[in-house]
Amino acid sequence: MSNGDDVKTLIIDDQEVSARRGQTILEVARENGINIPTLCHLEGLSSVGACRLCLVEIKGSNKLLPACIATVFESMEVSTDTERLRKHRRTILELLFAERNHICSVCVSNGHCELQTLAQEQGLTHIRLPYRNPNLPVDASHERFTVDHNRCILCTRCVRVCAEIEGAHVWDVMGRGINCMVITDLHEEWGSSTCTRCGKCVQVCPTGALFDKGKIGSEHPKYPDFLPYLNLMREAR
Amino acid sequence: MSQTITIDPVTRLEGHGKITIHLNSQGEVENAHFHVTQVRGFERFCEGRPYYEMPGLMARICGICPVSHLIASAKACEAVMSVRIPHTAAQLRRMLNLAQMVQSHALSFFYLSSPDLLLGMDADPASRHLFGVVAAKPELGRAGVALRRFGQSIIELLAEKRIHPGWVVPGGVTEPLPAAKRDEILAMLPAAYDNVKLALDAYKQIAGQFKEEIEVFANFPSLYMSLINEDESIEFTDGEVRLIDADGHVLDDGITVNTFTEVIGEAVEPYSYTKFAYYKPLGYPQGSYRVGPLARLNIVKSMGTPLAEKELAEFKQLATGPVQGSFHYHHARLVEILYGIEKIEQILNDPLILDKHVRATAGVNRLEGAGYAEAPRGTLMHNYKVDENGKMLWANLIIATGQNNNAMNKGVLQVAQHYVRDGKFTEGILNRVEAVVRTFDPCLSCSSHALGQMPLALSLVSASGEVVDKVVRG
Repeated sequence: MSNGDDVKTLIIDDQEVSARRGQTILEVARENGINIPTLCHLEGLSSVGACRLCLVEIKGSNKLLPACIATVFESMEVSTDTERLRKHRRTILELLFAERNHICSVCVSNGHCELQTLAQEQGLTHIRLPYRNPNLPVDASHERFTVDHNRCILCTRCVRVCAEIEGAHVWDVMGRGINCMVITDLHEEWGSSTCTRCGKCVQVCPTGALFDKGKIGSEHPKYPDFLPYLNLMREAR
Repeated sequence: MSQTITIDPVTRLEGHGKITIHLNSQGEVENAHFHVTQVRGFERFCEGRPYYEMPGLMARICGICPVSHLIASAKACEAVMSVRIPHTAAQLRRMLNLAQMVQSHALSFFYLSSPDLLLGMDADPASRHLFGVVAAKPELGRAGVALRRFGQSIIELLAEKRIHPGWVVPGGVTEPLPAAKRDEILAMLPAAYDNVKLALDAYKQIAGQFKEEIEVFANFPSLYMSLINEDESIEFTDGEVRLIDADGHVLDDGITVNTFTEVIGEAVEPYSYTKFAYYKPLGYPQGSYRVGPLARLNIVKSMGTPLAEKELAEFKQLATGPVQGSFHYHHARLVEILYGIEKIEQILNDPLILDKHVRATAGVNRLEGAGYAEAPRGTLMHNYKVDENGKMLWANLIIATGQNNNAMNKGVLQVAQHYVRDGKFTEGILNRVEAVVRTFDPCLSCSSHALGQMPLALSLVSASGEVVDKVVRG
């Protein structure tokens, strides 16, 4: 029997909800059918609060909190969809689009891309910032997969799934700030790295940055839903 | 005092072009140029991308003939992969390419050129457009719109999108043809036959009114080039290239994609971003040749479909040897539309057309590959070099409009010399200068692989470089 203190009651978007202690705002919101946009977060992986799309407003605080890592407290009042938040979310997406080369029309993930879907949901019609158009490489050295850094948004899902689920930790991040890149091993070619060829990173990548070799033009839906089931089965063992 | 006439932009073309006509001090036309004024750089920015992205990327060159680019590109990729695609995939692609040819020819003939043909070269420009045609000849206007729709609908049924479909991929196509879609296309055929018959009859009736234009619209002996089947019938998607001379003798035959660049060179002129293709053994510009509907009908011995066969025989009666006047491109285009419809019907009745095996797979097995297709406006070739991981190192595209470039320039000069007298020209004369370019149905955006906007402008420039007169349309 749980202690009374383990149950928290709070308000999300004027809806009274209850939560268990230690739950994140995002978990509670989703349990109650309230949608908060996310990009770096993925069910089954640890959360890093990197993309800031899930920022929410808490009554009594000027600070915006990332819902994927902020835990609930008693009598909390959360707003997930205010004009201020929508503006921030659009700006974050614009920054992502301006940073690298996202050309949807010729991307394998066109129509299945989380970045594209979010942009549509957030009503993004224009990028007000100048595009940086960096000249980034494509690593096609792997037998089965390709990484196109032009489409990478540095969500680090690949890094986390490789380290936490596959246990290989082939992917990591190098550089700082605008020079950040995901790399395999110590910045070796993917094809000659210690990759186990499991393909989990490809399935969790929210954009067309990681994809099956040979796949083109919208024919590459991804299936990241396997993660919670995989975790469940491992825990059951 | 010499003068220059500039037509900028040239209207009713696919893409943006400019014409300049240079007059000497006697007011006679000394020289004339057709300029393509943009550069796009497709060959450059595909470098570093995976080769199998090329069909989708390269097709973005053009919204009119993306299918030809898709096919030429996919074939170049298949050469890199060293695969032969399944029969059904080849047939489906052939049908897609024919559907595009029908819609593009319908666009060229009805939307772009029929205002000149049906309303007259000197008709009021305010009504000299497709809507004018629809008002004056509603049946023909409707037929044109319907034929374009016919081609576009087939592309959409097969490939899901009318423009830039992702269905054609290296190795074949992504989805087989369901029976319901086959039946839907079959049901569209009777109306298409009626419409093209209407257009052919109408064209033959009015062609007689254009004797003067037929004489001077790029009417000169030249070489011709197109794809052709082993049995000497017309081919748009496979086959090998044949080149004939001005008398119709075979000059070079069985030119494969691998030997193409050995015999075809590309020259550059300072006034255009579009290159000038030529047959190397004869040098430039003597080795210049024409491609497209006129070239195809001049080269082939048969169409392989009954109705078009009769039309081909009639077409060949226009001249002994190759038909040299570019005005006849219009006629050839209509014959090809008829062929396209008949061939689509034949393909749909192929017992294997619904087969589910439509894609072959392979990795990089060769570091260079090239592929042909006949675009509506002529032979198209894509040539790629890749590294061992399949990343593009280099690309070259040889586009129909580049191959017709010299003929278009000669045509512009011929028309200008014939019509511009004493440095004087009328709107109707300028329209004829544009109309000669329209006979080729050039695709300027493809040819300059172009960016930006350039509507048509025509200027008359004096010997001292002074612009004497200028007509601008934007």
